Amino acid sequence: MPSPAVELRELESHRTALLRFAMTQLRDPTQAEDCVQETLSAAIQNAARFAGDSSVRTWLIGILKHKILDHFRKASRERTISLSDEESSLDDFDVLFREDGHYVEPPAAWADPEQALTQREFFEVLEMCMDRLPTNTALVFRMREIMGIEIEEICKELAITANNCWVLLYRARMSLRQCLEQRWFATGHSPRTR
Amino acid sequence: MRLSCKEASRLLSLALDRKLTLGQRTALRLHLALCDACTRVKTQFEFLRRAVSSYSGESDSGEERPGHKS
Repeated sequence: MPSPAVELRELESHRTALLRFAMTQLRDPTQAEDCVQETLSAAIQNAARFAGDSSVRTWLIGILKHKILDHFRKASRERTISLSDEESSLDDFDVLFREDGHYVEPPAAWADPEQALTQREFFEVLEMCMDRLPTNTALVFRMREIMGIEIEEICKELAITANNCWVLLYRARMSLRQCLEQRWFATGHSPRTR
Repeated sequence: MRLSCKEASRLLSLALDRKLTLGQRTALRLHLALCDACTRVKTQFEFLRRAVSSYSGESDSGEERPGHKS
């Protein structure tokens, strides 16, 4: 007699974490809630098949990623992603560099970045910086860095070229780098002062 | 091939998404050997990737935002 490898109560205990993960991707409470609900339903149906070679959390996140991806697919079928010229060009980044290609303001050294990863406030700043990215830039960055999707697949899902994709990721990383530097590392938040 | 910081920073981002060509890798390595600013950007891009994966709470370290991963 096979008994379910995971109990319902255990699955429920991961709801908050799943919701948080879904929110980082979708930024919409209703959609996040829907995806988490579908994930838990699917998990309950397949509980007996849980292999136990990964943790329950990892298994659930795996299911959730598929649900979120389905959601992106549906959304991209309903509307094609349209990239504004502004978003897909790098012109406005020219202000970061001098004509000879050097930085106008060279990136600063960051004090103890590892310590930042232990601080809740740091993640609030990171979230705020991500929320300031233009819509499509943020979408591509989240798909790449949070969902771990390869470029080819992102291009296919969103019907954009690989070049667009790289430009958006470069924009996202440069903006986030600068935002973290200004809002965290240069503000005396860094733990050295504590 | 000599890279500017502008070109180098684009390659540093690209390297996180696909394997660079041999020419790109060589040019980038030469640039980094001489450029502190771009060496910082490289470290910071890599840190950003780890920070975002911690942020998403994909780890098993409990209900709170995950802490230090060793």
